[in-house]
Amino acid sequence: MMAEAKKYPAPLTNPETALFWEAAKQGKFMIKRCTDCGEPHYFPRSICPFCFSDKTVWEEASGDATIYTFSLMRKSATGPYAIAYVTLKEGPSLQTNIVDCDMDKLRIGQKVKVVFKPTDGAPLPFFTPV
Amino acid sequence: MTIKGKAYIAGIYEHPTRHAPDKSTAQLHAEVAKGAIEDAGLTKADIDGYFCAGDAPGGVMNMVDYLGLKVRHLDSTDTGGCSYLIHLGHAAEAIAAGKCSIALITLAGKPRTGPMPPRAAGAEADFETAYGATTHNAYGMCAMRHMHDYGTTSEQLAWIKVAASHHAQYNPHAMLKDVVTVEDVLNSPMISDPLHRMDCCVVTDGGGALIVTTPEIAKSLKKPLVRLIGHGESTKGPRGGKDLDLTHSAGLWSGPRAFEEAGVTPKDIKYASIYDSFTITVLMQIEDLGFCKKGEGGKFVADGNLISGVGKLPFNTDGGGLCSNHPVNRGGMTKIIEAVRQLRGEAHPKVQVKNCDLAIAHGTGGLLGVRHAASTCILERA
Repeated sequence: MMAEAKKYPAPLTNPETALFWEAAKQGKFMIKRCTDCGEPHYFPRSICPFCFSDKTVWEEASGDATIYTFSLMRKSATGPYAIAYVTLKEGPSLQTNIVDCDMDKLRIGQKVKVVFKPTDGAPLPFFTPV
Repeated sequence: MTIKGKAYIAGIYEHPTRHAPDKSTAQLHAEVAKGAIEDAGLTKADIDGYFCAGDAPGGVMNMVDYLGLKVRHLDSTDTGGCSYLIHLGHAAEAIAAGKCSIALITLAGKPRTGPMPPRAAGAEADFETAYGATTHNAYGMCAMRHMHDYGTTSEQLAWIKVAASHHAQYNPHAMLKDVVTVEDVLNSPMISDPLHRMDCCVVTDGGGALIVTTPEIAKSLKKPLVRLIGHGESTKGPRGGKDLDLTHSAGLWSGPRAFEEAGVTPKDIKYASIYDSFTITVLMQIEDLGFCKKGEGGKFVADGNLISGVGKLPFNTDGGGLCSNHPVNRGGMTKIIEAVRQLRGEAHPKVQVKNCDLAIAHGTGGLLGVRHAASTCILERA
């Protein structure tokens, strides 16, 4: 099962997350890390969701991840798609779609990497099998 | 400070409709309110507290005005389908604190014949909305991981639907009254792997309402006495993406709080209303609530353990959301109502649990695999 090319909504962005989307335009996938407790997190916040420190900094992530879980949505207005959580090499897990692949061959634990898809604004991060 | 025994459920009403093209959503709220007030043997003027969630058109102020209420306590906590379980706990707190003495809780809507209220977007919107999380696939992702970690099978999940269908056959209002088999579930179309169509609940128009009051007022009324003796609530989400685990729910925290307050254990429970938006929802909840160990839910539900008169844990004897009713895609209200019917001895004779003096009503709300809340209520026949 392969999906057709799909139109994705442009991120609205806001002052807290603008740098993420600016970096995405350069093909960089950014996460936030707290310099007090050392924990990385995603999606990016200005205040660490773990220790509540405001000493969070941007960090470019490798874009390497593994599939934590997934589900194939067999029917939708825009065609079938694979929603998933992937766990980044840096630690945080995040929601995404697995794209540009044979969706019937996906499995938990599979290695994937980030790929950006265009919108009318900043590009959106997705993941695809390595 | 505890709410144990401080509040009684004196009135219940489940709208008999499952399809309401000729009614408005506000009208359905009024009809269920009227039904519950009459069930309690009260009048509208007696109501001094009102609770509603995101399904109420315009919110709590507009509903109070539409219904013509005059109240001194309001609560519009919205946690999706479990809102009404949380409302029950909050109503008990308000009653115990003297903030109101007769609370009305309503749920109603018409997802089959009208627009659904929009889901509010949080700070995560830019980072999640485009990926298309829906109820089906958000629960599908939980089921997929549960199968991976614990070897749970589609056959085991199917037993939950089979049990619900055995109960629904006796409910004249149930949307789906046919008894189904494990094979029927497995042969139904795949919606979002690994969930088949029959792993999913029904979509219905309708609603329900409750009247919650003080022990003194409840004892002055004519209905069998049912009281709340324990309540818990909690939420769970990806929380920055650290240590993601989709195989357990916020019930892991709401459950123990409710059991501790009630002073009972899962072994004491005679009847369980467990929110069944999907089969996997039930499986995860019975594990998180301690009816079996984590990962052993599949084994527990297989061979009919949830069927009244057959198994160890009779559940959702009205047919639940899987077969009977799931008004506005929010199942918490009907869970409380069937638990009260069981404790009153008013369930259908074919599914009534003998000497049912202790029940649990539990549900989740939101998206189980994304962000959700859970609430647990322990109810006792007084």
